[in-house]
Amino acid sequence: MEPTPIVFMILAMVVIWGSLLASTVFLATRPEVATWPPGGPTDEEDAALDDID
Amino acid sequence: MATKAKPKSTTGIDGRPQWSGQVGFIISAIGSAVGLGNIWRFPGVAYENGGGAFLIPYLVALLTAGIPILFLDYAIGHRFRGSAPLALRRVKRWLETLGWFQVTICVVIAIYYAAILAWAISYFVFSFNQKWGDDTGGFMYGSYLHLADTPGFSFDFVAGVLIPLALVWIAVIVVMALGVAKGVEKANIVFMPTLAIAFLILVIRSVFLPGAKDGLNAFFTPDFSKLGDPDVWIAAYGQIFFSLSIAFGIMITYSSYRKHRANQTTPGLVVGFANSSFELLAGIGVFSIVGFMAHEQNVAVADLSGLKGVSLAFVTFPKVISQMPGSALFGALFFGSLFAAGFTSLTSILQVIMAGIQDKFKVSERNSALMVGVPLAVVSLLFFGTTTGLYVLDVMDNWANNIGIIISAIIMTICVLWVAGKYKELAFHLSSLSTFKVKWTWLVLVGIFSPLLLIYMFGQVMYNLIKSGYDPSSYTRAFEFKAGWLVFILMVAASIVMTFVRWKEDPDKFEAWPGFTGKEF
Repeated sequence: MEPTPIVFMILAMVVIWGSLLASTVFLATRPEVATWPPGGPTDEEDAALDDID
Repeated sequence: MATKAKPKSTTGIDGRPQWSGQVGFIISAIGSAVGLGNIWRFPGVAYENGGGAFLIPYLVALLTAGIPILFLDYAIGHRFRGSAPLALRRVKRWLETLGWFQVTICVVIAIYYAAILAWAISYFVFSFNQKWGDDTGGFMYGSYLHLADTPGFSFDFVAGVLIPLALVWIAVIVVMALGVAKGVEKANIVFMPTLAIAFLILVIRSVFLPGAKDGLNAFFTPDFSKLGDPDVWIAAYGQIFFSLSIAFGIMITYSSYRKHRANQTTPGLVVGFANSSFELLAGIGVFSIVGFMAHEQNVAVADLSGLKGVSLAFVTFPKVISQMPGSALFGALFFGSLFAAGFTSLTSILQVIMAGIQDKFKVSERNSALMVGVPLAVVSLLFFGTTTGLYVLDVMDNWANNIGIIISAIIMTICVLWVAGKYKELAFHLSSLSTFKVKWTWLVLVGIFSPLLLIYMFGQVMYNLIKSGYDPSSYTRAFEFKAGWLVFILMVAASIVMTFVRWKEDPDKFEAWPGFTGKEF
């Protein structure tokens, strides 16, 4: 391959695949907010119908 | 005494089906976004529009329109907890019609998308003995599709297409009948890793083929002069827009199946970048193989044609696969990947229709799969199991995508954010539940920039359609009217009719959470 396309290929990989990696790490380290707004069902309550079944 | 692990809930407190968790949702959303367009559209579009330089408008389009509109879909579906018609009705009563319009877009796409999957599964089988022979074009359009000489509507059925098409519909109806968590999510959990591994093997093998470097040179060599061409930017926004499954109900429906306290935007970033990551991988694989083809034919990559769409997948690729060492394996990997990518997208398209029916008539997932799947399968077989299927597919695809989805996106961004005045409420919803906060930048991108751009794209499409028709060298105006405009008129009419059908349960008895007074943002 020629140098210019190599540079662009690496650049594309770093930016796009790097962004995927960065967003995945960001989600893994901050999967949910520290505090939710008042009210609303908790995750456990969200599964309430199956519990009744 | 050991206790048996409690199975994960498949229904939420509000009675809606539910994903098993964040990972299940993300994989399913990626499965929806990664489809046929990633494999057969992106590489050709990038190559035609500046090669390596295309990455600049492509990334700008992803960040300024793709991901912002994806977030808007998530916000509508999650806050108003419904299928597209129900969620949009809860935004403003009259917006229910837009929701049904999105459902009808999915109806049209589903009936032809299934046909392409039927071709892919046929070619998967053909791969083992390269049944297509040397004249791959003649085989595809002649021996396999028995394509009629002139476009039109015929009832000359082609058994070779009809049988796999029926099998695709049976398989997808079974998956849909199993429900969101046990059907759609499980299918994605099986198909997506399989797709990733199969495609990765294909790409790794491809880059070591003789001539692959010429293909990659052609794909990544930047042509910066193209950046001054507005059409290149429009192509980039078009690619992002159609590839991400946004603005036609899929992501509204999918996000309505998330728990109330689910993180919204951060998984959205993962989905958006995963979709682009797969497109880049596809570009590398496809152009390595294209380079190999040029090498075998002793021509330059620039002299090759058929590098996009149906002809790339079913004419160019079979020809290359036959020349590759281990051709049976690589044929199976390519067409298997095409099928896997398409199948998970088809389930998401059908889920939009089923969710609308489930919400309106309060029917179960199993019954709605039959109510939706069986009639659509019949229509799909009638139109696309025949000798004229490819013509109808081509025209319908143009009208559903280039007109239907763009209109839907324009109306949705303008009416939801500005006419209904929900811009602050939706931004608040996303930020209060998500670890990646959105503020005014998002509102400017999704509420001003994207609609203006979409209106420009729509104007350009309409100008070309009115001036010269869709494809005057292939189709008469009469045929384009019947398969394009008439179908579009029927979509609008069906959307209006469905809006007036009575809801089985009061859809307006609903309170959005978190509460919003207007002072929070």
